[in-house]
Amino acid sequence: MRVLDMDLVVIGGGPAGMAAAKQAKEEGIEKVIILERDCELGGILQQCIHDGFGLIDFKERLTGVQYAQRYIDLVEQSGITVMLNTMVLDINSNKQVMASSESDGLIQINAKAIILAMGCREKTRPQVYIHGARPAGVYTAGVVQRYINMEGLIPGDKAVILGSGDIGLIMARRMTFEGIKVIGVYEIMDTPGGLTRNVEQCLRDYGIPLHLSTTVTKIHGNKRVEGVTIAKVDSSFKPIKDTEEFFACDMLVLSVGLIPENELTRNAGIEIDNMTKGPIVDENMMTSIPGIFAAGNVVAVFDLVDYVSQTGIRAAKGAAKYLSGMLDLSQSYVPIQSGENVSVIIPQKIRTSNMDLKEDFYVRVKQESKKTRFMVGSNDDTYSIKRFNIVKPPEMVHVSLKKEELVNIAHGDIHFHMRKDVK
Amino acid sequence: MEKASYTCIVCPLSCKGTLTLDQDGYATEGYLCKKGTEYAINEYTNPKRMLTTTVKINHGMYPNLPVVSNKEIEKSMMFTCLELLHHLQVEAPVKAGDIIAKDICGTGVDIIAGRNMKRKT
Repeated sequence: MRVLDMDLVVIGGGPAGMAAAKQAKEEGIEKVIILERDCELGGILQQCIHDGFGLIDFKERLTGVQYAQRYIDLVEQSGITVMLNTMVLDINSNKQVMASSESDGLIQINAKAIILAMGCREKTRPQVYIHGARPAGVYTAGVVQRYINMEGLIPGDKAVILGSGDIGLIMARRMTFEGIKVIGVYEIMDTPGGLTRNVEQCLRDYGIPLHLSTTVTKIHGNKRVEGVTIAKVDSSFKPIKDTEEFFACDMLVLSVGLIPENELTRNAGIEIDNMTKGPIVDENMMTSIPGIFAAGNVVAVFDLVDYVSQTGIRAAKGAAKYLSGMLDLSQSYVPIQSGENVSVIIPQKIRTSNMDLKEDFYVRVKQESKKTRFMVGSNDDTYSIKRFNIVKPPEMVHVSLKKEELVNIAHGDIHFHMRKDVK
Repeated sequence: MEKASYTCIVCPLSCKGTLTLDQDGYATEGYLCKKGTEYAINEYTNPKRMLTTTVKINHGMYPNLPVVSNKEIEKSMMFTCLELLHHLQVEAPVKAGDIIAKDICGTGVDIIAGRNMKRKT
């Protein structure tokens, strides 16, 4: 068995992993390796041929593929070891990584620090409770994206899209470009799941209808999809029987959400957040095991690749501090709790002694709300930090808090609120 | 003209508004700032979009090469350009930024490769 000793092992070569590895090199970490199971770096970006990436990072509107290429070029210039076609099988709390590849067989890597950057997966048919026969022609939006954009395959002629997540909206346009008739996008919620920009430029531009408060109740066909039954839903998301309608199609495309991919994380015994389904991380993106960090969509599903890269950079800075013994591991954490109209907060806990001058937080709201203040509070004191004209669940809010602001209130738990302005 | 409605995508507020044209010029309703008005007039007079698609690549690592326009193309020209790109074939290797179709369909816009694509070994 091949055995390697490394300062930092980065698991996953998508945007989070590449940003982390590149930053780690800049921080002076010597032996950095990326383990990637695909045959090239870039992760899911390689199938994202549409534009809108990198507006924050590069101040340019790039395609996903172009964004990936920029980082691949940087990684190749920076002396990072990259092992492709390599699948990580297990990590343990002693920071031993077991992996395997066709060329090397079983590989053991003894790491001083690890950054988890495995990304996320799409939710599939069983996770949205569509029962019945299992004909060919039911795909997740990401699979259709890979078939059409990378492999040159056209997976059908006539499609119904269930769910209005961004990938589904993007694929509605993409399928239209490739001559596939898109009958419509059906969303169970009463608001679109994706960004307004995508509703406008992917659906409206091509006359594709978006039906809210509707769902697929049945898939027809035995060998191949022959159609779907669609029904309106009531306020508790139950299909209304007499609204059922049949639509002939040979594809059902699911765009019903993403979940962080954390089998390795769970097996290592790392603490998981029930809300995000990813590891609980601190101000340096460190997980509950000292020296194991996490970045990008493995932590929580981010809307923008720029945020993913930012968390990679932060994890690498944290790993560098950890390796040089500069992280204070003694002081206990102050938890950050979701208050009014807040669902997800990254990071979930902080140690102010380990913070830089400011700390970035990513917050998702539960409900759309206009003229809203981001408030931070502890016990009875609540401070207004920033005002937003509008906040929406599909659009994550990025807020920076100054260290001094946090130190002043970090005596008990800290609560984040998105509170509507009262005139 | 009839009343046309456009949802502004300049900021997350996503104002829904309408545009009308009469002898006094354009008039809009429903946008909270002048960017919305500008957006609606642009959408009515000359909407433009980035074009992203793929072309066939021979002897590449993958059968498809992702391509993108180097600036926005008039929306009305999208399917004309797509038709041309559907029939185009390139040969690997290709470097990101290589011009795949110069001045496509006379639009003055170049279509460039989005990524490096090695030759299949």
